[in-house]
Amino acid sequence: MAQNRYDAIVIGAGMSGLAAGIRLAQFGKRVVVLEKHALWGGLNSFYKRGGRRYDTGLHALTNFVPKGTKSTPLAKLLRQLRISYDELNLHEQTWSRVCLGDITLRFANQFGLLAEDVAAAFPAEKDAFARLVDEVRTFDAFDAEAPVRSARAEIRRFLRDPLLIEALLVPICWYGSAREDDIDWDQFVILFRSLFLEGFARPAGGIKPFLDLLLARYRAEGGELRTRAGVERILFDAHSAARGVRLEDGTELESDCVLSSAGYPETMALAGRPTTEADVGRLSFVEIVHVLDRTSAALGNDATITFFTTQREFGWRRPETLVDTHTGVICCSDNYATHDPQRDGVLRITSLANYDLWCALDEAPYRAAKVAAESAILDAAAAFAFDPRPHRIASDMFTPRTLRHYTGHIGGTVYGSPHKRRDGRSGVKNLHLIGTDQGLLGIVGSMLSGVSMANRHALMETRANQLS
Amino acid sequence: MNREEIILAIKDIITTIAPDEDVGSLKNDVRLREQIELDSMDFLDIVMELRKRYGVQVPEEDYKELATLDGCVAYLSPKLQGKVLKVGV
Repeated sequence: MAQNRYDAIVIGAGMSGLAAGIRLAQFGKRVVVLEKHALWGGLNSFYKRGGRRYDTGLHALTNFVPKGTKSTPLAKLLRQLRISYDELNLHEQTWSRVCLGDITLRFANQFGLLAEDVAAAFPAEKDAFARLVDEVRTFDAFDAEAPVRSARAEIRRFLRDPLLIEALLVPICWYGSAREDDIDWDQFVILFRSLFLEGFARPAGGIKPFLDLLLARYRAEGGELRTRAGVERILFDAHSAARGVRLEDGTELESDCVLSSAGYPETMALAGRPTTEADVGRLSFVEIVHVLDRTSAALGNDATITFFTTQREFGWRRPETLVDTHTGVICCSDNYATHDPQRDGVLRITSLANYDLWCALDEAPYRAAKVAAESAILDAAAAFAFDPRPHRIASDMFTPRTLRHYTGHIGGTVYGSPHKRRDGRSGVKNLHLIGTDQGLLGIVGSMLSGVSMANRHALMETRANQLS
Repeated sequence: MNREEIILAIKDIITTIAPDEDVGSLKNDVRLREQIELDSMDFLDIVMELRKRYGVQVPEEDYKELATLDGCVAYLSPKLQGKVLKVGV
């Protein structure tokens, strides 16, 4: 095979790209994963500042199930990548909660806690909630041909109390909705399972050891990773099928199979194809990280993750101001079971933000806006956890501008386009979508997305393509 | 490969893909999916391992032929003729 010719080219060394790469390399395909930045991991990466390593986004690995649990997304993923459960070195959450104003629902890696708290706070909805859970357990959320449905509308078939509906939507939207004020029903089902029926864990040491494991697997199978290798555009043959990519340094790589994790509108931009404004998500975030001089538990907070709204209404939409302090996620990543007594307290708080407003700021006002936003967010979140400011050792913050720079996502989105392409179809022959815009969520979901598209488009053979 | 060797070859592949499954007690005439936890992604892996180890190609349309161990023997016998069993790769 010519030096620049590959069986498959994967754009982006995030979770989906690395997982796709492992699958392809495992079966002897010549594959290259192209990463624009110096580091891999995409949305779940890491960086160093002031001698300290920070994870970029990891709150939790959702889809946690105990070792030996079969037929779950985590079990399927590990089998496909031939990684053993023990290698992940997962530490479980203590428990987490949703706070909708004064209403609190706790949940943990045992589903019983949520069922109990729902029954206590919403006694009239106890049986209806059980029926909703049955539906979520049995619904086929992976039928790519099914029409897109509103989760709100579907939930209303079961639940009547708007406060319970709202309370359930808070963590689910926060962990994966690209749609304002709603989420697709199939994504609701997938997330409900991964958050409530399965659970939260964290790889020991955060995302870096997890990424090391993936990269080691990929390289052991002969896969090639190129960093600082941004794609300038997709190349086409005379029949408008993708035939490879041109990198920003002018290098051209050829393949009849290009898997892109860049996102739908971003991939279309690389392909020179038009998209509409509606394809770009409107939701972006700011996130604050504080390293503390004592543990979160010592500061009175045992919960691993707290999803809060300050009033009894949620409002999952782009704010009219730089940030929206009325809803957020507080993650105490030291509240995962660990045997390390010397651990630092780490508090992360994520809030909704307006991409356009952040990007319109010049450097000095941008810095001032960060300081003001941080202070307002910490004030609002203190009521649901603690005020970290007296115990701060180090801290950092990212804004929609940071997200745009490091993810390449138009609009600084985290959950990508509101219109998911569940079958990975890009509309261009030989070019397929993997990752966030395929609609599978979380670390496990996005990796399964990469696996399934690699299987479908680069491994599985049909009589037709065997002849060619 | 003869019948017994083909069954051994398939069981060894299943052990590679799904190390936590017990292949010792598999019945030859019952669907594999009814005896152990195997989904369509796992069947792809059986096919990919057959290709990797023995150079045998199985198109997607024929996956259904591999539903039971007896089915595997019937479908793979002509394709594996003259090939040598590789176990524990």
